[in-house]
Amino acid sequence: MDVLTPRSLSEALALREAHPEALPIQGGTDVMVGLNFDRAHPAALLNLNEVVELREWAPSGDGYRIGAGVTYAEMMSGPLAAEFPALAEASRTVGSPQIRNRGTIGGNLATASPAGDSIPPLVVAGAEVECTSVRGARRIPVADFVTGVKRNALAADELITAIHLRPSGVAETFLKVGPRNAMVIAVCSLAVSAGDELRAAFGSASPRPVLVTAPRGEAATFPAQVAAAASPIDDVRGTATYRRHAIEVLTRRALERCLA
Amino acid sequence: MRINVRVNGVPSEADCWEGESLLFALREKLGFPGSKNACEQGECGSCSVLLDGVLVCACLVLAAQADGHDVTTIEGLGTEEELHPVQAAFVETGAVQCGFCTPGLVVAAADLLERVSDPSDDEIREALSGNLCRCTGYVKIFEAVRLAASRGAGA
Ligand SMILES: Cc1cc2nc3c(=O)[nH]c(=O)nc-3n(C[C@H](O)[C@H](O)[C@H](O)COP(=O)(O)OP(=O)(O)OC[C@H]3O[C@@H](n4cnc5c(N)ncnc54)[C@H](O)[C@@H]3O)c2cc1C
Ligand code: FES
Ligand code: FES
Repeated sequence: MDVLTPRSLSEALALREAHPEALPIQGGTDVMVGLNFDRAHPAALLNLNEVVELREWAPSGDGYRIGAGVTYAEMMSGPLAAEFPALAEASRTVGSPQIRNRGTIGGNLATASPAGDSIPPLVVAGAEVECTSVRGARRIPVADFVTGVKRNALAADELITAIHLRPSGVAETFLKVGPRNAMVIAVCSLAVSAGDELRAAFGSASPRPVLVTAPRGEAATFPAQVAAAASPIDDVRGTATYRRHAIEVLTRRALERCLA
Repeated sequence: MRINVRVNGVPSEADCWEGESLLFALREKLGFPGSKNACEQGECGSCSVLLDGVLVCACLVLAAQADGHDVTTIEGLGTEEELHPVQAAFVETGAVQCGFCTPGLVVAAADLLERVSDPSDDEIREALSGNLCRCTGYVKIFEAVRLAASRGAGA
């Protein structure tokens, strides 16, 4: 095994093209668990930690461009938290301080777990994933980027370089169900924004992200609409019936919060 | 591969397997066994160290990612003659039983007090939520953090 450590984005993209077998590693909070438990055997690792371009964020057009290597800790505070409250709330529920200091939005998207906590708020925000290779960059809506359970639309020579999203400018929130406050994989989760249009997306309740929308006038029936759009399964963390019920309850609570 | 890490301010070198964690390198190659290995999956916090001043689980950092960086371990927080105020408070309040969680908790508590000199109980609970202790029930650990804060440990 080799560790490739590029010092710039252009070097990272060149290495990615030349060594598609090298597994990217940013915060390592998913990758290292696989290595420590001898479950993952990558031929090589592409260490992205020294690529400063991936750690940057800045206003861009009428929104923001947030580098793939921006951490949950960074999303939870300062201007990003003020502009994207639901994403900040979701970030606060991730793991523990140690995990939030290392784990990144780009890593969460690439892992593409149905339980990935950044995904529902990104879907509600209509965020796009910037995927870049030596061939150039393209943008894919988050809901299309996640193609299945732990599957994504990234080509073998591409890296996630950034997320593009606009502040909703309306009330929004994120709720998560789990056995304790810290360190839980969501039993289910929900992001909602409530402008003229109501928008919701859930986590741990479908193989791919789903965006549910309705006019604000349908607030009374929206919780049932959101629950009906879920396709949860039974697993060790909860039953499908419980999840569907919880999503309806969470949607009602989220609307109470947002429309108050 | 060879890595160069500054551990507790001292430049150190080690030969590592490419897939090895910073925790393994610290304990087995660099001679810093203070950080403990309990879960190797980020759940327990017993391996907590500061990487460039940021609290992380050493088991989730690739050793190669620490190349050229600064690491502070429990060994860097105090000496046997002069304990760090957080260490002294843990001893005085009886916050240590088997001691396995202690290095990680002390590093996490010291990191909190660096940032927040007079934390509320909620802030303490949040800051230590990534560190598990199977013995104490946490009450004495909280007392220790409050005691260290009252003595200006973060100042
Ligand atoms: C104890 C613990 C608790 C956790 N709690 C939560 C939780 O509450 N909610 C949650 O959603 N997740 C949680 N996670 C999972 C994990 O922390 C997140 O998925 C995190 O966002 C991963 O980011 P990372 O930078 O650490 O990714 P890494 O581990 O570095 O990488 C993850 C994946 O993304 C790929 N990748 C990384 N960066 C790029 C890039 N720029 N381009 C292309 N591919 C890339 C890697 O190849 C790998 O496949 C937890 C993990 C642990 C260990
Ligand atoms: S050993 Fe690293 S968190 Fe448990
Ligand atoms: S003192 Fe034994 S685990 Fe904390």
